[in-house]
Formats: sequence, C-alpha cells, structure tokens
Amino acid sequence: MFYRLSGVYHTNYISDSRIYKVPADRNLALTFLILGVAAPFIAPSLYVNSYMLPWLIWTSAALGLNLVTGWAGQLHLGYAAVMAVGAYSAIHAARFGVPWEFALIIGGLSASVIGSLFAFAALRAKGLYLALTTLAMQFIMDWVLTHSPAISGGSHASLQAPTLKLLGQEITSDTGLYYVALAWCLLVTIFMLNLKRTGLGRALVAVREKDYAAAILGVYSFYYKIVAFAMSSFIGGVSGALLVATFFFLAAPEQFSVAVSIQALAMVIVGGLGSIIGSYFGVALILLVPGLVNGVVVAASEQLGMQLNVETLAHIPNAVYGALIVIILIIEPLGLGKLYGNIRDYLMVWPFDQLRK
Amino acid sequence: MDPVFLAELAINGALTGLLYSLFAIGLVLIYKASSVPNLAQGGLTMVGAYVVLALARDVGMPLWLAIPLAIAIMFGLGFGIERVALRRLAGRPVVMILMLTLGLDIFLRGTTLAVWGGTSRSMELGISYEPLFLGDILISRIHLVGSVVAVILLAAFLLFFRTRLGVKLRAIADDYMASWSVGISVERGVGLSWGLASVVAVSAGVIWGEIQGVDQALSLLLLKGLTVAVLGGLDSILGAVVAGIILGVVENVGADFLDPLVGGGSRELIVAAVLILTIMIRPHGLFGRHDIERV
Repeated sequence: MFYRLSGVYHTNYISDSRIYKVPADRNLALTFLILGVAAPFIAPSLYVNSYMLPWLIWTSAALGLNLVTGWAGQLHLGYAAVMAVGAYSAIHAARFGVPWEFALIIGGLSASVIGSLFAFAALRAKGLYLALTTLAMQFIMDWVLTHSPAISGGSHASLQAPTLKLLGQEITSDTGLYYVALAWCLLVTIFMLNLKRTGLGRALVAVREKDYAAAILGVYSFYYKIVAFAMSSFIGGVSGALLVATFFFLAAPEQFSVAVSIQALAMVIVGGLGSIIGSYFGVALILLVPGLVNGVVVAASEQLGMQLNVETLAHIPNAVYGALIVIILIIEPLGLGKLYGNIRDYLMVWPFDQLRK
Repeated sequence: MDPVFLAELAINGALTGLLYSLFAIGLVLIYKASSVPNLAQGGLTMVGAYVVLALARDVGMPLWLAIPLAIAIMFGLGFGIERVALRRLAGRPVVMILMLTLGLDIFLRGTTLAVWGGTSRSMELGISYEPLFLGDILISRIHLVGSVVAVILLAAFLLFFRTRLGVKLRAIADDYMASWSVGISVERGVGLSWGLASVVAVSAGVIWGEIQGVDQALSLLLLKGLTVAVLGGLDSILGAVVAGIILGVVENVGADFLDPLVGGGSRELIVAAVLILTIMIRPHGLFGRHDIERV
C-alpha cells in the first residue's frame, strides 16, 4: 500500500545492483534531499545553523566511523582524536595561507596517516582489547594536544579558524555554511551507499565476519583493515575540520576529548552498525534529543511551579543521553536503523502479508 | 638520585597502586563471571561515594552505619543493573555490551550529578592528614588505610572463591553452557558478581572520595583501573592487586623522571603507554588465562 509492492523481486541483474531496490525508497530519499536543499528558505536560520548543520557534519563523521566499526568490524574508541588531527592540520594549513580546498584535503590526509597508526593496534588485537588500545591512544592524543601550545594555539589553547573560502568565494553567510555541510554529508553518504556495491566493501564485510575465513577466500585482512582505518580517518579528519570551520569557528582540545569519542561511537551503535540511514537517526538522537528533553523538563518545572536548581538542569541532558543509549540497546541491539528496517519491511507488503498467516 | 626519595616515591606509588587495584577488582569480578568489560565501574564508584555521603550528611547517620547501608543499597543497584540491562544483551557481540556499559556510566554520572550537584564534597572519614614517618620516609595515612582495605578485600575474595557459591561463580566464568546444564543458575551468578562489584565500588568510592574529594573526577579512575585490570590479566583478582602495585610504582617513579622533561602531567601518558604495551606484548596480562584471541 505504501510501497506499492508485494515484495522485492528481481528479474535482471541491473535491478539487483541498484542502490535503491525499491522505488519508494528512492523517492523518499529524493524528498529528503529536496527538503535539505530548501531548508534555509523554509526553516528559521537559528534552527538550520544550530541544529541541522552540526547534525549533517556529525552524520558524515559517524558514517566514517561506521565504515571502520560497522563495515570492517574494528572497534574504535579514538575517533575524536582522528577528527582533531584533521581539524588542527587543516586550520594550521589555512592559517599558513593554503587555500581552504587544499587545507581540507591536507587535514584529511594527515588524519589518515595518524588514523592508520590505530590500525597497527588492530593488526595485533581485536574486540575489547582493540577498544582499550584505541581508548589509550585517544588519551595520548589528548595529552599531546593539551601539552603542545604550538598545535593547540598558545596559552589559551584555542585556535581561531580563518574564514572559510571555497572556489574563490568567501563563505560567511549562514546559508552558505549550511550548504557546505550539506554538500560534504551528501558526498560521504553517496560514497558509503556505493561502497556496499564494490569489491572493497564486500572485502571489508568479509574481514568483519571472520578474518581467517576471509583469508581463505584470498582477502588479505591486514591490508583491508589498514584501508578501512585510513578511509574512515580521512572522512573523520575532513569532518572535524569542517566542524570547526563552519560551526565552532574556534578549535579547542575539549571539542575532541575522550567523551566526544564515546559520543561518536554511541551515535554509530545507537544508529545501527553498518546502517547508513541509521547513522542519520543515531546522530539526531544523541545530538539533539538530550537538549529537547531538557527544554521539556524546564518547561514542565515552570508549569508545575517547581524550582529546580541550576546544577540539576545542567546535568539532566547527560543523564538522558546515557539513558537513551541504554534504552535503545535494550529495545533493539542493532539500533535505530534496524528498527526503521523492521517497520519498513512490515509496511512493504502490508496488507498482503496478512493473507500468508 | 637520592635513594631515600626514590624509596619514598616507590612506597607511596605502591600504596596508590593498591588503591587502583581496589577499583580494578570490581572490573575483574564482572569480567571473571560474565566476560563483560564493565566500563561503568567509574560511574558505580561515584554513585557509591555519593550514597555514603547522602546517608551520612543528608540523613545524618554515623559513618559506621552509613557505609554498610550504602553497601546494601549498592549491592541491590548492581544486581538490578544486571537484571534490567545486561541480561537482555547476553550473548551479543562485545561492541554492544561495551556501548551499554558506557551508556550506563554516562547515565549514572549524569543522574548522580543531577541529584546531588557537581560541587566537590569531602568524605571526612576522620583519618588525620598528618603523614606517617617510617624512618625518613613520609607515608600518607589514608593511602595506608586504603591499601589495607584493598588487601583485606583481596583476601576476602580469594577465600570467597573457595566457598560453594564462589565455586559456582568460577564454573560460570569457565563455561556458561556447562554450568547451566549442571543446574547452576547462571543469571543469579552473574547478578551476584555485579552486586559484589558495586560493593567494591563503595569501598573504592569512600577511600578515593577521602583522598580527592567526592566529585565527578571519581569516574576518571576508569583508565587507571582498566590498565591495572588488563595488566593483571582481566580475570585474575590476585593479578589486579599485583598489577596495581606495579602500575603505582611505575607511574610515581616514572612521572618524577618524565615531568621535568615534558613539563608536567606525564602520569596519564605513562598509564596509557602501559595499557598499550600490555595489549601489544602480553594481552592476557600477568596472571590472566591464555585463551584470549589474537588476530
């Protein structure tokens, strides 16, 4: 009824290798794309720039982390450190006078070099031990960042990003910044959608499922692990640089601390491992819902005439954020992407599946 | 370097290290029973300290009553966490369990701070801050008391694992399915280990709360606790204690050498380096079992 299908059936190989196997899915994606492009004209710029812009950039970062954790199955608790490398090297390059286009690429490449170091841990350990190693590496990166004024920008430990300038245009308007974020997010999404269909993507999945079975099939798991870490770090590095260039405008070590790494992993896992649409949901939930709940609590306490003290209000979003992770994992360990998939599969053949039972 | 000063650094390092073990025992207990990495131990420690304080300050109980009561409450909390959250995810990949405990940690921290506020409070156990002199060596009293607690807990758990209940827990740690098939209640055993870990969290919370004040920083012990647990072998309580002493000495003496070179704050760096080196060189730790999977 909603999808006007009675199931997904292929009659030729071309239809089997399409990105969107169901026309309704493609139409839905196009609708959201149009809404995304039109957002600055239909929504107030406050919402667009303080909610949608970080949402898009974090989604591209989460997709990068999903590449290494969801596709290649390597736990990564040091993603914020990789984003920091990208952000700081891009900003230093831009301050040095390198055009922003190249500065972003420099940021991405240097992030991939450092990110590949994390891969060497993955060659030696996996699962829990890999998570702990990457966590320790994150602590070391944090330490380096806070203890080297040459990187973090002097005694105040903050670094002003120069005005973003792409293709000869200075981008200062809210709408312009939003479009930069949208373009990057689209680019990453299209890359990830297509990755599933390539040999590389299938090799990564093989490494995730069973590395020695993959080795028997001729997939050299060490190589693909390093490739996965390098690619995801490139995406993370550019996303980190764009986050500073379009949203924070000022780079500080706290923006890339351990807590941020955990937050990024939470976005990916709550969204669903290996799910692209899930990453969008996961980021929205982790980034936006705690603030919304806090707003509701404030409004409710005012309605009821209760006086909540400032500290309580300051910590409620954190408690909600933790509770959301726990609740989603209990309801559906495969995350919001899987929940969406379940609903979609149910509606796909909706009234007709009743006949089967 | 002055040998007396070096000895002082080493002894105080070892005592601090024993306090890390106090924290790490909680991680080891849960890992031993259910192979779950409990990253919520930092949050649990914080909750433990705040519950003791709430009973002692807000209700006005004497400490000798507040601490046992807090232990009882925390045992229930640990048991409940296993029942409500962990059991649903039993048998799932480690990614999700790891994330669940991280989420729990964030939730526990957020809730504690929302209820009791973030300003640092003091525990006031009534132990004097006057250092103890051992020849020329200065020793902090609270560290000494904490180490004694850690050693007592170690002995208690070593004895406990020889009792009937303890043997059951060891069986569960060894093989879920086999213990199930001989009639051991695996769920209750794992729940019990969470309860015990929460009890350990109270003791760690009280001692660390006395040393550095009861505030959010208590949950930052996690990295050190994890390092100690991994270095000792994730499933060995004796290992946690030995590794605690080693890490404490290495950290304290190493920081003294490194700090002038890098301009202070090298402790975290040393701890992180120890963690990475342990996993790279000897992932099963000093006393852990050898069946840890390598790539």
